Amino acid sequence: MTALQKRERLAISRPTGGAAGKTGTWRVFRPVVDREKCNDCGLCATYCPDAVINDELEIDLNFCKGCGICANECPKKAIEMVREEK
Amino acid sequence: MINNDRSSIALSRSPIRSPSLQELDIIAEIPKEEYVLKCTSACAGCSDSLALRYVLKAAGPDTVLVVPACCTSVIQGIWPNTAFNIPVYNIAFGAAAACASGMSNAFRKAGKKTNVIVYAGDGGTLDIGIQAMSGAFERGTDFLYVCYDNEAYGNTGMQRSGATPLGAKTTTTPTGKTDFKKDIDAIIAAHDPPYQATAAAAYPQDLFKKVQKALTFRGPSFIHVLAPCPPGWRYSTEKTVEMGKLAVKSGMWVLYEREYGKVTIGAQSKVAMKKPIPLEDYLAPQGRFKGIDPKTVDILKQRIVKNLAKLAAEEAAP
Repeated sequence: MTALQKRERLAISRPTGGAAGKTGTWRVFRPVVDREKCNDCGLCATYCPDAVINDELEIDLNFCKGCGICANECPKKAIEMVREEK
Repeated sequence: MINNDRSSIALSRSPIRSPSLQELDIIAEIPKEEYVLKCTSACAGCSDSLALRYVLKAAGPDTVLVVPACCTSVIQGIWPNTAFNIPVYNIAFGAAAACASGMSNAFRKAGKKTNVIVYAGDGGTLDIGIQAMSGAFERGTDFLYVCYDNEAYGNTGMQRSGATPLGAKTTTTPTGKTDFKKDIDAIIAAHDPPYQATAAAAYPQDLFKKVQKALTFRGPSFIHVLAPCPPGWRYSTEKTVEMGKLAVKSGMWVLYEREYGKVTIGAQSKVAMKKPIPLEDYLAPQGRFKGIDPKTVDILKQRIVKNLAKLAAEEAAP
């Protein structure tokens, strides 16, 4: 048995995106970006606790928990939190 | 009670502003790699995962994280998946620093420069983990100890910890805590480490720079991070960053560094020393300070003045 196979018998967790499932289902309010007002400063991505906002400042709604920090911290107030419909 | 009214008082007070050039420069400097993968099982608006993102960005891929029982050990996910893209060692509550001590010595013996970082909550640092931590600092272990402080045992349902401030309600102090917050930074300073600092999750750029700096020192270093907790402090989730900033602006939390005993107070706290915002602005949005006795607020204010004067005197000392 090789060393690698021996190690495989142990309970090893591997890095996976979405380790907690699709956390987007937790959301009550959804962030909606107004591209007219946005000046691409990137503060929303800086403050996002879950790193769901990418370089193009697109929000990954599969994982966004809807905390609203991005909307609260946006200097141009370009993000609005809209209630999710059932 | 969760306040869903988004046009609240605190929001309307902050005027629309453009980010300063300095702020944007630092954003460009921070690496794009994420070591906390989306998505963890942290609560919405968790400042623990916000702080951890920047700690790991500053440390880079050659890092081992030692995590005692705390929120972080929960949010990393369950087997066979983990949300953290670096090796993590989970250890018993009181043993994090002892484990890191052995790990660091083994790495250095093998000639490796791997960063060993303990990422522990305030319970695992101020109460349960203090003897192992004190031992590791006394032995001069080459590691970084990051304490993220949400001022209670958040993971088990907000029980009082040594870090809970005077007057705050928790599930075990339903009428407000009657004791003061333990000054862990003074305890660490007594060990005379090469580097120690305080930071806040609300200032991630500042936290990033402090972690980078701490890892350049040989020997133990300590960073104490204020991490507001929406369900525990009872405020709505979008105010996490705002709450951290209010804590610094009111002087309740002071940002400073201590490098070989020399204190340097951060720019944000310098402003708070000259022109602090009223403490009530920080206390009012939090459910845990609801109905706080005005006498207790006065005692808190006196403590803030005393603490700031003490730090200013230490900074002025040659």
